[in-house]
Amino acid sequence: MGMVSAIGFDVPQALHALRHCQTGIGPIRFLHTRHRGMLPAAEVKASDDDLATMLGLDDIRDFSRTALLGMMAAREAAAHARLHEQPYLRTGIVSATSVGGIDKSEVFFGEFLKDQARGGDLHHMVSHDCGDSTERIADDLGIKDFVSTISTACSSSANAIMLGARLIKAGMLDRVLVGGSDAITRYTLNGFNSLRIVDEHWCRPFDQNRNGLNLGEAAAYLVLESARAVEESRKTPLAELSGFGNANDAYHQTASSPDGAGALRAMQLALHQSGLTASHIDYINAHGTATPNNDLSEGQALKNLFKDYLPRFSSTKSYTGHTLAAAGSVEAVISVLSLQHGIIIPNLNFKDPITELEIAPVVAFEEGIALRSILSNSFGFGGNCSAMIFSSC
Amino acid sequence: MPAYINSIGNISPQHSLDNNLFLEEIVDQYGSHLTCKEPNYRDYIAGANLRRMSRVIKLGVSAAKICLEEAQVDNPDAIIVGTGLGCMEDTDKFLSAIYESNEEIISPTQFIQSTHNSVASQIAIMLGCNNYNFTYVHRGFSFESALFDALLQFAEDESVKNILLGGIDEITPNYLSITGRLRQWKPNEYSQLSLLANHLRGSLPGEGAAFFMLGSEQGPHTYAQLQAVGMRYKPADESDITRFITQFLAGQDLDIQDIDLVLLGLNGNTELDKVYYRVRDLLFKHNHLGYFKHLCGEYKTATAFGMWLAAQILHKQRVPEVVKLEPFQAKKINNVLIYNNYSNINHSLLLLRNV
Repeated sequence: MGMVSAIGFDVPQALHALRHCQTGIGPIRFLHTRHRGMLPAAEVKASDDDLATMLGLDDIRDFSRTALLGMMAAREAAAHARLHEQPYLRTGIVSATSVGGIDKSEVFFGEFLKDQARGGDLHHMVSHDCGDSTERIADDLGIKDFVSTISTACSSSANAIMLGARLIKAGMLDRVLVGGSDAITRYTLNGFNSLRIVDEHWCRPFDQNRNGLNLGEAAAYLVLESARAVEESRKTPLAELSGFGNANDAYHQTASSPDGAGALRAMQLALHQSGLTASHIDYINAHGTATPNNDLSEGQALKNLFKDYLPRFSSTKSYTGHTLAAAGSVEAVISVLSLQHGIIIPNLNFKDPITELEIAPVVAFEEGIALRSILSNSFGFGGNCSAMIFSSC
Repeated sequence: MPAYINSIGNISPQHSLDNNLFLEEIVDQYGSHLTCKEPNYRDYIAGANLRRMSRVIKLGVSAAKICLEEAQVDNPDAIIVGTGLGCMEDTDKFLSAIYESNEEIISPTQFIQSTHNSVASQIAIMLGCNNYNFTYVHRGFSFESALFDALLQFAEDESVKNILLGGIDEITPNYLSITGRLRQWKPNEYSQLSLLANHLRGSLPGEGAAFFMLGSEQGPHTYAQLQAVGMRYKPADESDITRFITQFLAGQDLDIQDIDLVLLGLNGNTELDKVYYRVRDLLFKHNHLGYFKHLCGEYKTATAFGMWLAAQILHKQRVPEVVKLEPFQAKKINNVLIYNNYSNINHSLLLLRNV
């Protein structure tokens, strides 16, 4: 696994922050925006130039921040899985992004609007499309056997993980790097702000008085391997992806249905595929964006699925912010860390349960727990709903 | 696992809306780009929804609707869309609004519609379809990834019967302006039907929305069978490409001579087209050859237009003269292979078979 986020440049740093309940959300320091000083965000604590230095890159004019973050997390995942030791295995990448290179496009656009014929540095447009960051990561790691990119808004990287698992299961690949990357941009910050769903304070997932999300940025990747590849290398797997489900809410372009029909269906499909029952789920890493609409809808779907036996749950977006297309893989990494270390990361900033639901997330760090299976939810604009189940090996 | 192409909805720069017609009348736009022959959207989308939708969403939803109606399927088991650049018009508008308002509170409409999954989700909302919903956004693999996913689903789950699948990309003024400055396109106005005779630098930009209903079983209007899809990322050299093609065909128990028609993704960019000609010389010397980007232009999901063309050729057992790279008399057409490469990076193969 590899992850760069507001709570650290790698997985060990993130684990340290999570164990100590340290959030990565704070005042905006790097993004050039008028909202600096007013809206908090969960930025990776480095400028593009800092990231380039850390990556050993000289000329990053063609690199989006999405690509830089993605390369950093992907390198960590590849090293962690020791991909280089079995170069003969068929290896692919399925990556996810929603903003692609828009961080650079928006720099270009300011000048372009003034002078269409000459304005703006064209280097900034080379990386605009979503496939760009995926190919840069693939080239950096020498991955060639399958290369694709998924964009289903805030469920994107969960879907990347699912497709990767299907490719392994079908015997088309031996190993696949899966996950996603999204940089923070003025585009998305103003977008969510125009919907009036950005909290001026720390976000409060599942709280009665929650008032929106905090935008974050991150890249997170995991290496999925076939049973044969694992056996051959004698590696100890970190966890098993035991089930996943994809559904569409088919209700509204941005809002979730009141009963969370799509969310419920995705969770049911994941459970069905895993062969587990609801009682096997020991913890839920919820989507929990802290918008009034999501948490009510997701909470309702959880209640409908688990009835009176709702497992412990929390939203770790109170640490990482909402990292959009990367959220699914960020939370997959956190779920695997929970399984590995027997820990449950508490939900920050929670006080009062939502009156319609009367459910409360975990609010204190828990350790030494034997966790069997964890459910991780990711939902997005366009009604895209995904759920994954990670089980201990 | 192969799948049947049971219906088609194709909005393109050609007259492709009516599936009974097939390139009897050819459109040459005598410009520097090709844009879609748009339908009357009111025939497909209710007024209130229509006003909110951007052009690319209207194109996609209309093409999907035509496809669904022909197949008489109202709740497909999956909706999968491939798009290279998604909803650029809304992205442009929202970026402009950010600059013009200096990041004041602005209308969220364009932001909401600018996510790459907008077309797939609007179709799901229109149908009330809760099933699998995916959007691929990888350059010249966007449409191919969607096909690959669909074929995989038919193999994984026998309860999957119908998959609605499309490839879509739009041209916008800013796209033409920016990619024009990157010198991707031939300048000035010219006859696009003589694209390959125009040796000025660059290619011809185009656009389109082509949707297909793929079925595990044959339907009343089946056009052809989609046999297999292949993708090869950044092949090392030409022998790597020929190996990719021969191995792909071997996987289908076919030899080069079994292919009755090869459709090449030639796009008029003389530098990039060299790759196609070398592969032709190495592999396809004795095959009938065709091409299609003088009809639809170059865009990241142009192979969706290519798949429409191949499906119609197989169905109607006729190769329109305009498609032929060199003159030939076609006999019975059983296998059509599409070989495309996007910027010599994303190489892909689609194999279609007569049913």
